[in-house]
Amino acid sequence: MTVATETTTGAVPSPSKEDVITVSKMNKWYGNFHVLKDIDLSVRKGERIVICGPSGSGKSTLIRTMNRLETYQSGEIHVDGILLGDDVKNIEAVRREVCMVFQHFNLFPHMTVLENLTLAPIWVRKMPKKEANDLAMHYLQRVRIAEQAHKYPGQLSGGQQQRVAIARSLCMQPKIMLFDEPTSALDPEMVKEVLDVMVELAKEGMTMLCVTHEMGFAKEVADRVIFMDAGQIVEMAGPQEFFDNPKSDRTKLFLSQILSH
Amino acid sequence: MSENAKMPPLPTGTFGERAVTWSRKNLFDGWFNTLLTLGAIAFIIWLIPPIFNWAVVNATLTPTIEGCAEVTGACWGFVNANLRLILFGTYPYDEQWRPVLAMIVLVGIICGSLAAVKFPGLRKWIIPMWVIGVPVIGILMWGGVFGLTYVQNSFWGGLPLTMILSAIGVIFAFPLGLLLALGRQSNMPAIKTVSVVYIEVIRGVPLITVLFMASVMFPLFLPAGVTIDKLLRAQIGIILFTAAYLAEVFRGGLQAVPRGQFEAADSLSLSYWQSMRLIILPQALRLVIPPTVNSFISMFKDTTLVVIIGLFDFLGTVKLALRSDPAWTKYYVEGYAFAAAIFFLICFSMAKYSAYLEKELRKGERR
Repeated sequence: MTVATETTTGAVPSPSKEDVITVSKMNKWYGNFHVLKDIDLSVRKGERIVICGPSGSGKSTLIRTMNRLETYQSGEIHVDGILLGDDVKNIEAVRREVCMVFQHFNLFPHMTVLENLTLAPIWVRKMPKKEANDLAMHYLQRVRIAEQAHKYPGQLSGGQQQRVAIARSLCMQPKIMLFDEPTSALDPEMVKEVLDVMVELAKEGMTMLCVTHEMGFAKEVADRVIFMDAGQIVEMAGPQEFFDNPKSDRTKLFLSQILSH
Repeated sequence: MSENAKMPPLPTGTFGERAVTWSRKNLFDGWFNTLLTLGAIAFIIWLIPPIFNWAVVNATLTPTIEGCAEVTGACWGFVNANLRLILFGTYPYDEQWRPVLAMIVLVGIICGSLAAVKFPGLRKWIIPMWVIGVPVIGILMWGGVFGLTYVQNSFWGGLPLTMILSAIGVIFAFPLGLLLALGRQSNMPAIKTVSVVYIEVIRGVPLITVLFMASVMFPLFLPAGVTIDKLLRAQIGIILFTAAYLAEVFRGGLQAVPRGQFEAADSLSLSYWQSMRLIILPQALRLVIPPTVNSFISMFKDTTLVVIIGLFDFLGTVKLALRSDPAWTKYYVEGYAFAAAIFFLICFSMAKYSAYLEKELRKGERR
């Protein structure tokens, strides 16, 4: 399908069967502050998108609108064909398919790792407890942390907690995963263990939108890299073109700052 | 090993030697602490012996006015002579085994519920215990069935009345307070407004006013012939009043739970009630154990105010006993000291349990 791989700041993407997320002419304000301006974006099934940009550019807000952690005031977002608006049923349906991994993990501190993982399958998917436990152990093994299943989050390192958070999302068997700066709260030596898990996920074909400044990760797995500034998508391109031949001056400046050290 | 060098040396020597070391370090550490220690010792010497002499050495338990007249110390004889009046109020004398049994049942289910923290197997029995226990208490107190003579609740009094008002107050005020706290945080304007107005109005008036209104004003609005029991009105007044305070305590707890916990629950597609019950409230309530117990202790003591609408709670029955014979009246210090001791015992137990609960709940998630 012809989904924009070059810079698209104005063009309305045509929704297609393969698009799992379509954002069209979406605007968001915090009071008088215009946070997101005329965002147009479509994401194909299995696509990996990395979003970067200076702080305050609206990149986190953008992915947070995609599972309605943030509202928007105009335009439309469709996820998996469902209009994401005020309708509570739609919101719950979308959230069952879209999971979010947070900067600060947001594990539930009063539950063990295993309980954190089985909670949503049991209560939302109505899965029997035994089955949910098996599922949880499967994903804990995949993020290589199965031996910590009966500990509490507070007893784990940051990297371990973030891997648990990823496994918790996977237990919902989502179609799409959103990552909101998943490694920025981690000590440097723990970044790799989390990125490794994310790379594996990407290679298995998970649809991913990832707000991150890990440019190595972007180069390795991204199908498209988006640069945002002041609430707008400034540049959107494949990683090769994005890093080797950025078109906008703002992108060039950002890349020079972020890659210089 | 070098790490061991920093560890404090283990206490050695005889008990006496260790006591000297300890007191030098803790009591006579510098001239200011020495001064405070000496001052405190002087104060204790000045205070304790006279109280001890009054309460124990020169006191009597003889339950007669003549016996009391002979001693210079406390006349516990007053309490001794009027014990059953103080404990049970005007409940028919021959039937007083019933409130005793009712209190045993009540204390039993309270202890059973509180022990569930330590013994998780008890948890599923908490609700059945209350569902069965409360009617049993009602049957014992009221009677009228199973060959028990009927006792109007205007004859209830003393410790059973205080404990029933408090226990029923807690079990109803707790959920009501929770709903009000959630209502105040709600996005729905109608629910939010109702909750805010309710909380602010009730918090803005003294309990004595609420009780007085419940007792005097409320019946005026009822159609002729319809009456609601005085005890029930007082109980409702206490519940409504306590719920408003608890609501604000719970709101503090809700605000202390990090935003991220709400977002994580949302993004896992948990419904509002699921995320409240499974994620938010377990954390919020744990944070507010001390102020919640504080509210309960307050409420327990506030039940004494029902005396203004003619119910004789535990403090009221002490007054009743003092008035029962003019000769006893001058022994009010002993009467109130006894009541204070019982109140203190119960409130202090609540405080101790609160501390224990906090410690026990924190065990699971050592950081």
